[in-house]
Amino acid sequence: MIYLQLFWSFFQIGLFSFGGGYVALPLIQEQVVNIRGWLTMQEFADVVTISQMTPGPISINAASFVGAKMGGILGSVIATLGNVFPPFVIVITLAFIYYRYKSLKVMQGILYGLRPAVVALIASAGLTMLIHALYSTTGTLSWFAVVLFVIGFVIIRIKKINPIIIIGVSGVVAVAMGLLGVPL
Amino acid sequence: MPYSELPKRTLFWKLFSSTFILSAFTLGGGYVIVPLMQKTFVEKLQWIKEEEMLDLIAIGQSAPGPIAVNTSILVGYKIAHIAGAIVSLMGTVLPPLIILTVISYVYSAIQNNPIFQMLFFGMGVGVAAVILDAVVTLATTVIKNRKVIPILLMVGAFIAAALFKVDVIIVLLVSAIIGVLTLIKRPLK
Repeated sequence: MIYLQLFWSFFQIGLFSFGGGYVALPLIQEQVVNIRGWLTMQEFADVVTISQMTPGPISINAASFVGAKMGGILGSVIATLGNVFPPFVIVITLAFIYYRYKSLKVMQGILYGLRPAVVALIASAGLTMLIHALYSTTGTLSWFAVVLFVIGFVIIRIKKINPIIIIGVSGVVAVAMGLLGVPL
Repeated sequence: MPYSELPKRTLFWKLFSSTFILSAFTLGGGYVIVPLMQKTFVEKLQWIKEEEMLDLIAIGQSAPGPIAVNTSILVGYKIAHIAGAIVSLMGTVLPPLIILTVISYVYSAIQNNPIFQMLFFGMGVGVAAVILDAVVTLATTVIKNRKVIPILLMVGAFIAAALFKVDVIIVLLVSAIIGVLTLIKRPLK
């Protein structure tokens, strides 16, 4: 039953993505690519790319995209509901505790342990994405991609410009080079 | 006008439209949308006091899930309890839900177009650079704090996930338990 699977997979992603930002990335990859096989690594990388250029958190974006692909509009709604259900319950419980006791001790402990682990998990997922990005569709290392990556990384480390500009320009450069016949 | 004096329908509509517009037109995730939410609900509508808003943001960050979604749920809850939380959740979630559902259909149609593939090949490289930049920034913060347990946790979790392919959820659970145990033994001041 695809709807139940969508709900359950994105429920787990929602339950464990502490700390915002890219934290959901390794969880989505694990569920959607490794466990369920709903997206290929290429499609997953494309969803992450799309997420960088559209509004909304990456986990909601992935839920809507994968849900729609696997189960149409209903699938999209169910996957998104699964994704926001755990945070909804937990956030309201915390708000209730907060207004009553003004203390969130256990939560602080959980976060203390999770923060460094989350960095490591993002690094691990980022590494998988990087390796994927540097290989062309034919399965060989793309020197064009290596050069583009190094330039992009250096620019964003030094200049802190808007990531969307880096991503957009990288895309345009690839199309231009591709059309000129440079092997990608 | 204080929100408690507004008729329910007007209140819910304002809550929905505010969160919908914020969500639809904000690129760049929680770090961008949360300050804008603060502007809307504290300064413009004056529904929430500055201090309370900061508390709500802190709670939003300590729960799992996207910070933008969590904060918006909390704002709705503060204004009109569970019903308010559901209304602002819908306002926040609907824009990405609609946009990505449409993109999903378009994507399947043009997935095999060569120009599209070149574009996404290049953009994927850019995304990898952006993510690596974020990782370097985050890891530097952990290392700069010079605390042994977090650094060991970070290295250990990386080895477990990247080399031994340990399930992500197991890595998170073990780290959370270690974090709780550490703080019970030596509470933060």
